[in-house]
Amino acid sequence: MIPASFDYLRADSVDAAIAALTEHGDEAKLLAGGHSLLPLMKLRLATPSVLVDVGRLDDLRYINDAGDHIAIGALTRHRDLEISTLLAADAPLLSHAAGHVGDPQVRHRGTLGGSLAHADPASDLPAVILAMGATLVATGPNGTREIAAADFYTGFLESALAPDELLTEIRIPKLDTQGWSFQKFNRRAQDWAIVGVATVRANGSTGVALVNMGSTPLLASAVMDAVKSGASAADASAHANEGTEAQSDINASSEYREHLARVLVRRSLEESGLA
Amino acid sequence: MQITVTVNGVERSGDVEPRTLLVHFLRDELGLTGTNIGCDTSSCGACTIHVDGQSAKSCTMLAAQADGLTVTTIEGLADGDTLHPMQRCFQENHGLQCGYCTPGMVMAAVSLLDENPNPSETEVRIGLEGNLCRCTGYHNIVKSVLACAAESTGASK
Ligand SMILES: Cc1cc2nc3c(=O)[nH]c(=O)nc-3n(C[C@H](O)[C@H](O)[C@H](O)COP(=O)(O)OP(=O)(O)OC[C@H]3O[C@@H](n4cnc5c(N)ncnc54)[C@H](O)[C@@H]3O)c2cc1C
Ligand code: FES
Ligand code: FES
Repeated sequence: MIPASFDYLRADSVDAAIAALTEHGDEAKLLAGGHSLLPLMKLRLATPSVLVDVGRLDDLRYINDAGDHIAIGALTRHRDLEISTLLAADAPLLSHAAGHVGDPQVRHRGTLGGSLAHADPASDLPAVILAMGATLVATGPNGTREIAAADFYTGFLESALAPDELLTEIRIPKLDTQGWSFQKFNRRAQDWAIVGVATVRANGSTGVALVNMGSTPLLASAVMDAVKSGASAADASAHANEGTEAQSDINASSEYREHLARVLVRRSLEESGLA
Repeated sequence: MQITVTVNGVERSGDVEPRTLLVHFLRDELGLTGTNIGCDTSSCGACTIHVDGQSAKSCTMLAAQADGLTVTTIEGLADGDTLHPMQRCFQENHGLQCGYCTPGMVMAAVSLLDENPNPSETEVRIGLEGNLCRCTGYHNIVKSVLACAAESTGASK
């Protein structure tokens, strides 16, 4: 399978990438690791006429201690996240989950920014940044702006990024973590989650987010409210499906997904230390 | 477009369409047919090569993305007639049946040991999760990788 023809531009700076996006508008797509986009292009489900390759923007490949948060460049690869000692100490949920994305070959090429910008409800890392309350930094022709993770996902494969914006940095608040858990239920090792749950308990509150339980990555707000008002893990997990719209597909019916969400939310809350 | 990739230690140039996949550049332009295409959907790992020393699926990369980078294929592992230790361990432990998945398995396994020189059996199984063997000969594949790890960590002690 070979993608439809396109023009290839390699951006050597963030400005060059934005200029190319501005010039080519809807016709253009950014290419980072290519591990979501190229499979779609091979199936001709995506047919951009211009690809702007940002994969060489090594100055967007970093994991830095920035005081109250950890700043991660959008081109940082899953493997970098997986082995980061800084993340292991201050954001273990993220490094652990990154180590469960796909397989080693995928983790060597795929990037955090691509994974978040692709806005696939079945992806692991969007749920992680939701649970952790991260902030995303977008850079466009008019400079940079911050977007809260909770406001980032707007629809199936759609995010708050404008067509001429690049996701440049992800800021993970340094939390005083009491417990965390990442539950990923799949049948085959390398697969996407049929359902997944990311939980972090820190600074007196609990963030819980769901993978593959609707058209976007979702915060499990009803579960979070229940925990806040003192519910046990078992009682809070009964709210796992509120506000979700699980789909039926070849892997699972929506009813089965709802069952999994309750079970995995409970496990996730318990593993993160809630009684 | 014109690209130059260092393949198995030699600079190779070519004029490719931007949509040319790296695996097609290797196989069709350079004649390096050791890298197999299995699923063509990023799942099976038959097309695994090393890009700048790390395993990658060459059906899920554009040749253009490899421009200026270093690529190693299965043909680049042996030193003349002397097999790479991983190739020899696969041979000695009967780590292949039909052999179709083998180039990708060997490349993934070499990358795995680079990152984790002394893995447990479970770590080998998880580390090869991106490679499927249609003959389901996983047992001896894992045995081969563990033998190679034991040999090289033993040698460096
Ligand atoms: C076999 C396989 C298994 C996988 N398994 C999993 C899994 O279990 N869990 C999981 O979460 N993911 C999985 N993935 C997806 C993988 O994580 C991708 O790497 C990731 O989703 C996309 O990152 P990328 O850098 O490859 O992005 P690309 O494919 O290059 O881009 C994806 C999209 O994001 C846009 N984009 C990329 N970078 C930016 C940016 N900086 N700013 C704005 N837009 C941008 C692109 O234009 C494109 O629309 C798997 C992929 C494969 C091939
Ligand atoms: S042919 Fe590339 S992963 Fe199967
Ligand atoms: S040996 Fe036949 S596919 Fe693995």
